[in-house]
Amino acid sequence: MESQKQVLERLRAAFRSGVTLPMHFRLTQLEAMMSLFEDNENQILEALHEDLAKPKFETVLSEIEIVVNDICYAISNLQTWMQPTYVGTNLATKLDDCFVRSEPLGVVLIIGAWNYPLHLILLPLIGAIAAGNCAILKPSEISRATEKLLAELIPKYLSQECYAVVCGGAEETKTLLENRFDHIFYTGSQSVARCILLAAAVHLTPVTLELGGKCPCLIYGRLDMKAAAKRLVWAKFFNTGQSCVAPDYVLCTTETRDALLPFIKEALESFYGSDPQQSPDLGRIVTDRHWDRLVELLKKSEGKIVIGGESDKKTKYIAPTVIVDVIESDALMQEEIFGPILPIITIKSLDEAINFVNEREKPLALYAFSDESQVVTTVLERTSSGGFCSNDGIVHMSLPGLPFGGVGASGMGNYHGRWGFETFSHKRGCMMRSWLLECVNVLRYPPYNESNLSWLRWATTAKKKGWAACSVM
Amino acid sequence: MSREQKAVDRARKAFLTGRSKSLEYRIAQLKNLLRFVRERQTEISEGLRKDLRRSECGTPLYETLGLESEINLAVRDLKQWAAPRPVSKSMMTISDQVYIQPEPLGVVLVIGAWNYPWAVTIGPLIGAIAAGNAAVIKPSEVSSHTSKVMEDLLPLYLDKELYPVVTGGVTETQELLKQRFDHIFYTGNGTVAKIIMEAAAKHLTPTTLELGGKSPCYIDNNCDLSVACRRIAWGKYSNCGQTCIAPDYILCDPSMQDRVIEEIKKNIKEFYTEDPQKCPDYGRIINQRHFKRLMGLLEGSTIAVGGENEESECYIAPTVLRDVKPDAKVMQEEIFGPLLPILTVSSADEAIKFINQRERPLAFYIFSSDNKLIKRMIAETSSGGVLANDCLMHFSVTSLPFGGVGNSGMGHYHGKYGFDNLSHLRSCLIKQLKMEGMNKMRYPPHTEDKLGWARFFILKHVDFGSLGRMALLALMAVFVAVILQRYFTN
Repeated sequence: MESQKQVLERLRAAFRSGVTLPMHFRLTQLEAMMSLFEDNENQILEALHEDLAKPKFETVLSEIEIVVNDICYAISNLQTWMQPTYVGTNLATKLDDCFVRSEPLGVVLIIGAWNYPLHLILLPLIGAIAAGNCAILKPSEISRATEKLLAELIPKYLSQECYAVVCGGAEETKTLLENRFDHIFYTGSQSVARCILLAAAVHLTPVTLELGGKCPCLIYGRLDMKAAAKRLVWAKFFNTGQSCVAPDYVLCTTETRDALLPFIKEALESFYGSDPQQSPDLGRIVTDRHWDRLVELLKKSEGKIVIGGESDKKTKYIAPTVIVDVIESDALMQEEIFGPILPIITIKSLDEAINFVNEREKPLALYAFSDESQVVTTVLERTSSGGFCSNDGIVHMSLPGLPFGGVGASGMGNYHGRWGFETFSHKRGCMMRSWLLECVNVLRYPPYNESNLSWLRWATTAKKKGWAACSVM
Repeated sequence: MSREQKAVDRARKAFLTGRSKSLEYRIAQLKNLLRFVRERQTEISEGLRKDLRRSECGTPLYETLGLESEINLAVRDLKQWAAPRPVSKSMMTISDQVYIQPEPLGVVLVIGAWNYPWAVTIGPLIGAIAAGNAAVIKPSEVSSHTSKVMEDLLPLYLDKELYPVVTGGVTETQELLKQRFDHIFYTGNGTVAKIIMEAAAKHLTPTTLELGGKSPCYIDNNCDLSVACRRIAWGKYSNCGQTCIAPDYILCDPSMQDRVIEEIKKNIKEFYTEDPQKCPDYGRIINQRHFKRLMGLLEGSTIAVGGENEESECYIAPTVLRDVKPDAKVMQEEIFGPLLPILTVSSADEAIKFINQRERPLAFYIFSSDNKLIKRMIAETSSGGVLANDCLMHFSVTSLPFGGVGNSGMGHYHGKYGFDNLSHLRSCLIKQLKMEGMNKMRYPPHTEDKLGWARFFILKHVDFGSLGRMALLALMAVFVAVILQRYFTN
């Protein structure tokens, strides 16, 4: 069995050999990834079911299709992405060529998470491969079945020279992080993220952190309650609430809450039936430890359970639960819930809701439900978050054109589509100067004088639209 | 509360008032900054003269012309940079608004360096202001006179609360680093950069690190040697070699070495006269510590040109070293001084190998008349930036991203890159509560049928041209009709 160091050395040698540079190689690897999904759909469904009791529908949409979609997107656009971009020059540099090359970083480390165990490790990998890097994948040890599947399938489909899966828990990850990487991509919690940044600092390694936080959902003003309830319920209880972009809590007025609750109840019943525990379409909590944490939160909460509240340790089941009369200091408001519990906090005005949100850490996603466009605009303009979606939840992350990432405590950097390619690339500014026009250069050489300086000022500060400004250093 | 804490606190409170959000406000601040640079050339020059023995013309040439250019660009293009950026949609979101909205991060810390104190401290500040942030400016204490000019005069032009200047040394910087920032922009060396990243880790603060390294300069046999050597001499000895992108060392064929030395010697004389020590256009080493360090680097190498020095003045003559070995002292660290080692290599391939065995530099210079060779050398190496057939100039092209890779840094700036670097690009999807019928396919209870539709609609991404859009809308209408009919009648 190879040690971590041996794996890393092997990948570094492969990167140095230049094998990942040609577009053909990258395309072949991306196509192989596609085959991985096409050939193994059943195994994937089984693994996700074993880890999270994930319904087939959710696995297909959020673990398979979303990744396959991004692979297709990368394959169709790779050639364009790889082209150098020529940029504007000014009068003094008209005979020169200025362009930006996107170049691979080297050997990158991608650390996955357990809630979307395939998606969160393979979607970043698309960007890493497309950008021409080698990569070590460290899947979450918590989603064991998927970890095992990845360890089996990745070497089968992708170049073993260039991509490796390293398994293990906290200790193994700590050791792995002592090595030098050219980029570290981490999805997970804020506390581990701090450790990752400290480890990265030792080698000056750039880092992308996809973290979480409490994603607020403001529901305000005139709105179609039925539609809003359905979308809210779908987004909240998808993957049993274990999504980094799940609406964590709701902020609305008492009137809105009272009007909304029956529709939420109706939506839940139409989705999961009168006994959600029997529904094949509701997942389970990932481990006993996480189940314990959520049940404990429910116990400690001083709110009133109006829907759900039932749980069963044996099957790691928690019913879709809605709690009202939750205040700021409630246990449910002290950490990211990451489960099927929806607190509703009542506020008296939109201002109050916005202030509530702004007093807290910037979340990964922020939601606003309203038929009044002014309400949506106000929330958007007066808050900050990784991403924003009005009148729906989660779906904004399915668009490859949008960068997916956090800000502040919810993370740094982004990916999806071309953004993944850029994350794992170095943008190298290149300039090829002409040998001619040395007469213009003469203006910059010592002995310095005022006359030369004014000529230089004129030649380099051309302000014509479309020309880049340029000045001599 | 410490002075540093107070400044950061005030900056945050000022940011939270929202006044830096308006484009008019940012443009006004940028114009004030421009006025400052233009009106205070004398004070700026005086500070630089005392700190670096920079000549009068050196101020605009190396510091302020570049800033003026960046400010003008930002003022001209800010509206475009800050506007929502539409992106392509999926089938499902065809009637929604999908765009990226650039937003300010909050309070940014800009830590400057001493070698081009205005260019590398105010340069990032321009991006910070343009992006709508507050910024705490910490100039380098090593260029103490310039630091004082910044502290005394900037508050007369810029919003005092939003853009405070906090001066001081290591202790003050450490105190600043304890505070929480939304981004830290640091220009300097790798050792301090690691400390900064560690401090940033505590608050999960993103960083931009503009570092350095040994920027190699390859001279091909096939090139206009006299022009090449003139440009190299200018790039090397400006600011006494104290430039993060100065050509650190030369790689050339053994047969070229003597001519390279002759040409550089000739240019040194043309630029700085027979006695550079007396020439007003030749600078000094920043302080005794760096002077001693540089003198130490000479050990074990053969001086071909220069070598004269005077400790009391921190003067080191423009110096060229010949037949330098890879394990020589001068090759073990970034020189950052007026010593130019020449190492001989027998081919471009050997040069590439030599460069790739070392840490990635901030800049790579190639002098050759063979464009194919240049392109090959670019493709087979890695560096922050590349400049063929000249030195330093790529720094001044505002449409090129300026930054390092690996040990030479992370992140980049200049022009729009400076704006984006200090912005948060927020993904926005604006949907309506209408067309709820379309969503039925994604709701439980799940069926194979619904799954089929969902696979097609929800995720399929299509590139729309303006013509295609019409056709697709028509197609959509048909599909919607089919779905509504299927599901509404269930």
